[in-house]
Amino acid sequence: MKKITALFTAVLLLCTLALAGCGGSSKTLTLNVYNWGEYISDGSEDSFDTVREFEKWYEATYKQKVKVNYTTFASNEDMYAKLSSGAVSFDVVIPSDYMIARMRENNMLLELDFKNIPNYKNIDETFRGLYYDPDNKYTVPYTYGVTGVIYNANVVDEADAKGWDLIWNDKYKGEILQFNNSRDAFGTALYKLGLDVNSSDHAVWDQALAELKKQAPLVKSYVMDEIYNMMESGEAAIGTYYAGDYFTMLDAQAEGVDLKFYYPERTNYFIDAMCIPSCCQNKELAEIFINYMLSPEPAIANAEFIYYASPNSAVYTDEGYIEEMGEEAMAILYPEVEDFAALYNEYAFRSLDESTLDYVNSLWETLKIN
Amino acid sequence: MKRASKIYTALIMIFLFAPIAILLVFSFNRAKSLSVFSGFSLYWYRELFRDSETLKAVRNTLILAVSASLISTVMGTAAAVGINKLRNKFLRTALDSVTNIPMINPDIITGISLMLMFVFVGRLFGAATSLSFWTMLIAHITFCLPYVILQVLPKLQQMDKALPEAAMDLGCTPLRAFFKAELPEIMPGVVTGLIMAFTLSLDDFVISYFTAGNGFQTLPIRIYNMTKKTVTPKMYALATIIFFVILTLLLISNLSDDESVRKRREARANKKAAKEAVK
Repeated sequence: MKKITALFTAVLLLCTLALAGCGGSSKTLTLNVYNWGEYISDGSEDSFDTVREFEKWYEATYKQKVKVNYTTFASNEDMYAKLSSGAVSFDVVIPSDYMIARMRENNMLLELDFKNIPNYKNIDETFRGLYYDPDNKYTVPYTYGVTGVIYNANVVDEADAKGWDLIWNDKYKGEILQFNNSRDAFGTALYKLGLDVNSSDHAVWDQALAELKKQAPLVKSYVMDEIYNMMESGEAAIGTYYAGDYFTMLDAQAEGVDLKFYYPERTNYFIDAMCIPSCCQNKELAEIFINYMLSPEPAIANAEFIYYASPNSAVYTDEGYIEEMGEEAMAILYPEVEDFAALYNEYAFRSLDESTLDYVNSLWETLKIN
Repeated sequence: MKRASKIYTALIMIFLFAPIAILLVFSFNRAKSLSVFSGFSLYWYRELFRDSETLKAVRNTLILAVSASLISTVMGTAAAVGINKLRNKFLRTALDSVTNIPMINPDIITGISLMLMFVFVGRLFGAATSLSFWTMLIAHITFCLPYVILQVLPKLQQMDKALPEAAMDLGCTPLRAFFKAELPEIMPGVVTGLIMAFTLSLDDFVISYFTAGNGFQTLPIRIYNMTKKTVTPKMYALATIIFFVILTLLLISNLSDDESVRKRREARANKKAAKEAVK
């Protein structure tokens, strides 16, 4: 017992020393970044360590030390709850489009000074002025993606692999994975029926529910990130997820599994964008960081790490990047870049009003209970 | 009947340890997959030791767990001694129930209410941000305290009340009597409390999640946040290492316990023998 006590004391002493070491000089600037988990090139598997490289680059350029506090979140809602509690302050956050719209309406964002973000020129016109930031004042897009269908070509007949019909095909009963969140699951049904995914008409949602009930007996399970293992191992043959994540699965697929991917004609598009919340403590530093993230080296490293498409033309026109990703991946990740704005405006999910959201969630409950 | 009970035990063991075994095996997998084993490799261990953010999270978790468990053990032991000395039955029951609140209260409620309190107090003093390492530490001490008290209090009740009195009779000051006579008696309870507080603090997610400030992320929070993409096999490697460290600690502490018990028994037997011989 004495030994355990001694051990505890030893560890505590070590920790205190480590903490004391962190104090550092008062001249060091701090930048608090809040981003999705696993959503930046972090130096693992010999990749580019974005945060460390930024610290080095900043010190070399401005002759001042900067310390980046990098914190992660698991969902837009988590991030929103944390920020709106007023208990923490972040300088740069990277939420998704619909959440940005909500934050902007609640005056939680600061206008960017684009003088400090000259690399914004790399962002193609098609990714500007979208509904969540119509006047290009608050955001700089970081990644975008499209929902598509992933299937195992060794099980699924190529002829069946088109449109949303595949995940309603009773030939593949017990092989199908559906989203385990109401917004995405109802989305697939609405796209299939050709209805508006942002409708506030309850009858539209009732129709989608009927469609999902038809699908329910065919569904193996409702999943979120469990989909990776189930698709990679061949346990399930058909699932819907984001294009970028398909490549993650492709990397890890088991022998005898041949994963393929396609986009149905109508589908969901999302954008995650960098913005500066109103609790920001050092706006100029935050803008410099955003600008750094747009410069070619970190932007390409991040796009290669996350596997999501980048709205940064310095990335998707870079020859090294195109070579690294391969022709097939480029075709999947960047379909019709120039039409993006039109498709996005027509089909992408937007935030639903309170009463519709409640109604959809109650329908979702009835589906999950049966 | 006997065979049935053996099978039952075996089944329980399988359910308890199969998940850990799977994690252990796949931490040595070359590929990223959790379903196909494509050859032995230490690749994910190397990756783990290069992942500075994860290592930082491990360090944060340890700093927090060690300081929270030590502080709550000291505070909890003092509280237990105080509660034990109370003569007023009503007051005593009331205090007992109050200390149990953080234990019975669902974590999520403790977490949210602590966060609200920190924000409120922070606003009161005009701080821009209220959550930091220190708020997390306070939160962890809060939920660890009742477990320590719960471990120490029964030991105090079991102890012979005459023990500290005897010590004071022989010239000890009350403080000295506590350290020399009482503390060694209740030490097993204190150590169990310490270990419990440590493990509770180590794997707490819900309360930490609400009280964490920016830049101080513990391991459970970091792993949870990986779920947008997928939890990397690095985490299997990390879990395997933690599992073995805890296992070794347990073995060492059990062995040293056995040793001390054996020695005490021997000493007692020797004394007895000596007495007999004198007679």
